[in-house]
Amino acid sequence: MMINEVWKLLFKKPKTNKFPAKYAPKNVHQFLRRVQGGKAKIVPPVPTPPDFRGKIRYDIDSCVGCGLCAQVCPSKAIEIVRDKKWIIMHCKEGAKLAAPLKIKIYVSRCVFCAQCVDICPRKCLKMSDEFLLANENKLDKSLIVPGP
Amino acid sequence: MSETYTIPVGPLHPALHEPITLKLEVSGEKIIGVDVFCSQVHRGIEWIGMNRNNPIQSIYLSERVCGICNICHPLCMVQAVEKAAEIEVPERAEYIRTIAAELERIHSHLLWAGVAAHEIGFDTVFHYTWALRENVMDLIEYLTGNRVTKAIMMFGGVRRDIKENGAKKLREGMKFYLEKFRKIEEIFLQDPTIKMRTRDVGILTREDALKLCAVGPTTRASGVPKDVRQDFPYAAYGDYEVKAITPDIYNGEVHGDVYDRIVVRLLEVKQSIEIINWALDNMPSGPLLAEKNLVRLKMKLKKAEGEGIGRVEAPRGEDIHYVRLKAGEEPFFSWKIRAPTYNNVLPWIPMLLGGQIADVPIVAASTDPCISCLNRVTVVDVEKKKEFQITKEYMHKLSVKKTRRLMRNGR
Repeated sequence: MMINEVWKLLFKKPKTNKFPAKYAPKNVHQFLRRVQGGKAKIVPPVPTPPDFRGKIRYDIDSCVGCGLCAQVCPSKAIEIVRDKKWIIMHCKEGAKLAAPLKIKIYVSRCVFCAQCVDICPRKCLKMSDEFLLANENKLDKSLIVPGP
Repeated sequence: MSETYTIPVGPLHPALHEPITLKLEVSGEKIIGVDVFCSQVHRGIEWIGMNRNNPIQSIYLSERVCGICNICHPLCMVQAVEKAAEIEVPERAEYIRTIAAELERIHSHLLWAGVAAHEIGFDTVFHYTWALRENVMDLIEYLTGNRVTKAIMMFGGVRRDIKENGAKKLREGMKFYLEKFRKIEEIFLQDPTIKMRTRDVGILTREDALKLCAVGPTTRASGVPKDVRQDFPYAAYGDYEVKAITPDIYNGEVHGDVYDRIVVRLLEVKQSIEIINWALDNMPSGPLLAEKNLVRLKMKLKKAEGEGIGRVEAPRGEDIHYVRLKAGEEPFFSWKIRAPTYNNVLPWIPMLLGGQIADVPIVAASTDPCISCLNRVTVVDVEKKKEFQITKEYMHKLSVKKTRRLMRNGR
């Protein structure tokens, strides 16, 4: 019967992990300030499993700008842009200055499927285990990879 | 003299988890006429697959057809494309697909059992089953990398292997569920409250189930042994020989009511546990993907020409995807999805006829409809031309009240 189960559950610890604090803080900013000051402690979140798909990491230096990731991205979160750094490129007509193609990832559009990671020929994309990405501003600096 | 009223339920409703409208004609508390109106929401998923996306992008789009069936829709679509482009799937990938599909069935059926308990006002059971469901969600997260949108399917195989650690965790998880299964069975099938509210409520006869082409647990509860895994095996089910579960396996009789649907779903959870254990024991080694180079796969699909149909037994019933590819065109030339709820909506009419308003949530939920939530109902008094609204809370309260009343009278 259910009542026996309920009695048993009364003496068990709750399954919920109380993240970030045991009781919801009245003011989150104040709570974070207190954490920084060492007055309060954050209850850690449940650890992520291995190969978790979190916020994307991008190694801009090894990227060759082939654009395959932008072709397979289901949510069109990847934009192909010109790099800020100009480099000397050697082509048939001789050496010339050019800005190489790189990518820009809008994490707010990302659906975390890791298809771009699979297709990348230079393996310069990687999924990290960072998952606290909520933000009021979709175009926040922390939600655009690579950063400014 | 009896007066009849028409009650529109939906397009937004708490028991119906997708936008759909029900028009109920009631005389007092008794339902004397039902009409269903579909197509309240159109997201243009097929259009996007046919015009904007290339096939690889469409896998992740099909995952988002339904939040709960996010293995069966991509699996079904991938099967259709594999048939059209003639891609052979490696055997190990077939087994991993089977395991993923069965894990999803466990989580979906437990979710449904919780919702059903909530609909009749038994919230203790609701929280209990959902706490149990958390274990399978953790397993899914461990194996695929995410709780909900698993992103594990790929044309010609799967994207992730089940390694030794994963297999060990899976075995532990299945052992846990086999232990807990006895408890869930006792709570749902022996409890007098649940039996009172669900026995002989929302009856769908065998003839009606066959006539209206109901699919999945809804039709199996009416005694029709119809299961895609049994009739047209896909993935690794051909090796296992699945048998469709009908309620007479449990107690030797078929009523076709809500209680029988609970029986079928709970027995299917047990069956899924057995299938996963079997698949883990018999999993062959080998490659995961038929074509590892995704660029080459993309070009192959662009050149391919043909059509294919994928059929998958989703937790709610048979799911069908039809795909046609044309050479030289990257998006699908044609893509048609038929989700199981489409077939399970019409059986609501014979189920609800003769019932009470308080039974609408549990009967509608008993087919496990894949619809968004209703938040209010407008009651229209046709004769007096007066309108008033029934909120979700009021409807829920009616349902809870009926449980209490039955408990008082039953004892």
